[in-house]
Amino acid sequence: MNDSKLETIDYSLYYGKYRALKDITIKIPENKVTALIGPSGCGKSTFLRSFNRMNDLIPGVHTEGSVLIDGEDIFKIDPVALRQNVGMVFQKPNPFPKSIFENVAYGPRVTGLKDHHKLEEIVERSLRSAALWNEVKDNLGKPGLDLSGGQQQRLCIARALAVEPTVILMDEPAASLDPIATLKIEDLIHELSANYTIVIVTHNMQQAGRVSDYTAFFYTDETRTGQLVEFSETKTLFTNPRDRRTEDYITGRFG
Amino acid sequence: MIEDRTSEIALIHRAQAQSLKKEQIRQKLWVSLMWFFGLITVAILIMVVGYVLVQGGKAISWDFLSTAPKGGISGEGGISTTVATTFYLVGLTLLVATPLGVGAAVFLIEYAGEQSLSSKFLRSVISVANFAVETLAGIPSIIFGLFGYALFVSTLKFGFSLLSAALAGACLVLPTIIRTTEEALRAVPDDYRRGSLALGATKWQTLYRIVLPAGLPGIITGIILSVGRVISETAIFYVTLGGSYRLPTSIMDGGRTLALHLYYLAMDTRAFDKAMGTGAVLVVMIILINLLIDLVSRKLTAGVRKVR
Amino acid sequence: MSARMIADKTVKYILFASAIISIIIVLAIGFFIFRESIEAWSNIGVSEILMKTVWRPGQDQYGILAMIVGSVSVTFGAILLGVPLALGCAIFLAEIAPAGVQAVVRPAVQLLAGIPSVVYGLFGMVILVPLVRKLGVPGNSGYGLMAASIVLAVMILPTIASVAEDAIRAVPENYRHGSLALGATKWQTITKVVLPAGKSGILAGVILGVGRALGETMAMIMVIGNSVIMPQPLSGNPLSFFLSQARTLTGNIAVEINYATGVHESALFATGVVLFGLIMIVNASARWMIRGQKFVEKAN
Repeated sequence: MNDSKLETIDYSLYYGKYRALKDITIKIPENKVTALIGPSGCGKSTFLRSFNRMNDLIPGVHTEGSVLIDGEDIFKIDPVALRQNVGMVFQKPNPFPKSIFENVAYGPRVTGLKDHHKLEEIVERSLRSAALWNEVKDNLGKPGLDLSGGQQQRLCIARALAVEPTVILMDEPAASLDPIATLKIEDLIHELSANYTIVIVTHNMQQAGRVSDYTAFFYTDETRTGQLVEFSETKTLFTNPRDRRTEDYITGRFG
Repeated sequence: MIEDRTSEIALIHRAQAQSLKKEQIRQKLWVSLMWFFGLITVAILIMVVGYVLVQGGKAISWDFLSTAPKGGISGEGGISTTVATTFYLVGLTLLVATPLGVGAAVFLIEYAGEQSLSSKFLRSVISVANFAVETLAGIPSIIFGLFGYALFVSTLKFGFSLLSAALAGACLVLPTIIRTTEEALRAVPDDYRRGSLALGATKWQTLYRIVLPAGLPGIITGIILSVGRVISETAIFYVTLGGSYRLPTSIMDGGRTLALHLYYLAMDTRAFDKAMGTGAVLVVMIILINLLIDLVSRKLTAGVRKVR
Repeated sequence: MSARMIADKTVKYILFASAIISIIIVLAIGFFIFRESIEAWSNIGVSEILMKTVWRPGQDQYGILAMIVGSVSVTFGAILLGVPLALGCAIFLAEIAPAGVQAVVRPAVQLLAGIPSVVYGLFGMVILVPLVRKLGVPGNSGYGLMAASIVLAVMILPTIASVAEDAIRAVPENYRHGSLALGATKWQTITKVVLPAGKSGILAGVILGVGRALGETMAMIMVIGNSVIMPQPLSGNPLSFFLSQARTLTGNIAVEINYATGVHESALFATGVVLFGLIMIVNASARWMIRGQKFVEKAN
């Protein structure tokens, strides 16, 4: 692992007095898929949200340690600019109550692009990259909310891609989808990983095994404070875990 | 290929950075404007209320509150009879409106899901009734006044009286009482009802022993809101109460509410100081009513958390 | 049947009667007002009433067009002034103000809503009218559409602001998150996602405001001048239209009802019918505008 796209050093996060994450140190490699797994409540989603500073929106949150992107401290960058570079796909698809075209064009519009031809290009390119273009190309004016759950999620992915991020954060993107839609999303993640750094939180270990190059296992005890227990190549972590807790989780003894 | 992509992305990021600066300036300007609007609203309130209280305060004295207005164009005298009339009117109006309004709301909420023989008929009656309440809520005060004048004052020959005004007023506040009672009833957990019925109580027993007491704070809020409306409303009573400045001695007597008295002072006399005084009394009443509503609402939310 | 069950059934019928009271009242209002107005419609004629501008009951002239223009103009002025302020206030309360500031501003809005209309009218007479009079245009008495529009704007502000605020708050949080995660600023999120998503609720608030404005009576009488002539610009400048005195439909009713008899009285009821019709038209057009819009699922 030479080039780490994202990095955290002794990173802790508190909701008021309650410590949700403790001393996380990790290097996330560029243009690979990194999965965050662990039992519920161990802080995976909170950790994911740290990378695009969405935790800033929660009152009472404060952090210690540093989070770096391309070597720069993200807390020193403007969060709006950061989010144009680090995209996010949410657990439940949340397309805007607008047309499919306007959903995808939203990001570029908001970052200043006005040229309609350019916008059309970007919308097509993003929808193609999200494997949705063929299904919607004749209906770009239809409301995004009219699509099925799986299609809505791919729309949200297209929307995130349209802003040209270099990192995509995914918070259990297939959790609310049926198995077929889930497989489509997983194929998509595989395609995207060539050009984007992807960090995905998942409850589904099989999914982590199918989709990721690297896996980080988070764990929490009675204190409900999340810690990073083990981080290595996915193959290694699943076949030869170093830590007892990792092995217990993978073999289904808890979580 | 990869280099092309990288430099293309770099170009895009630079353009985004420029546009971001613009957007942040725009945001600062607009957010400041919103702050201005929010604070201006408070400023308007302080201006109006402050002026009325200060100027009106000068006219208020024990004399002012305890003597009757002298009538005529001089504007001399106080407001004693008008205060009494206002209280009488509030009491009478609520006497009529509360049972009707609470009863209607209870029926619309508690009996709405009934499986009975005439269920389809019932269902359409309920939706028509709901529509009627919505319509009533949108009718302006003067129209209620005209209605009251046509039906109570003229046709039924009650004349300009507390009775005519209270009946018209009851129609006016009915939607308020129905809506707030409906909300209060909806907030009562179904578990309470089921528990009572499972113990063998009838529906009516469940209502008056469990549901209505549980919804009481909400119902009271609606009543207090209606009190505020009767105190503030003018047009409806202008055409049903008559303009007498004397103390009504029966419900067939007319009179003036405080709000009406203010109107008459302002339009018929030069006594703007007394008008301000009347206004100040009105404003103080409204402030007290608002505080009362807050208090009751707070009790409402506290009560819901209590385990019975 | 036991005594308990008889009581239960009786109660049900009593409550049913209460429920249909509101239907009876609405029908009664419609019936009585229309009945009283028939004399005017048949003796004077519908077009005479609606289209003529001269209102002189002593000479059998009952044209209310000038009052229609008066009501519409003052409502227009109130909307022009009141909606931006109310919407700004709603956005401020829902999206921008910190909790401490909300705790001051929101009660202030509620209090504004409760102040009696005659108090606003009095304030208008004592403070606003002299101020407007300072605009040295010949014929400007201070009383007129401008002072009335300002007073009315303040009166409908709380109505529009609270409904709009509720509509904005009802927009689901994940729309905001989705927008921010794409790198939009907070203000961009408000204007491009939140407001469009809440627009039917906001419109409902504005319609409520229009209804209130059209229905306001006493405060209008106190500051609008009540002249029965069609409002006109006082000088060459078309804006001076708002310095003109006027009379609203509501004012027409209230000012004359206490001494009107016969056809005159009937004409006032006809004025009421026209007022009611105007309000119905406004509500219907609002519903027509909202038709076919995708409703945002409410958070509550």
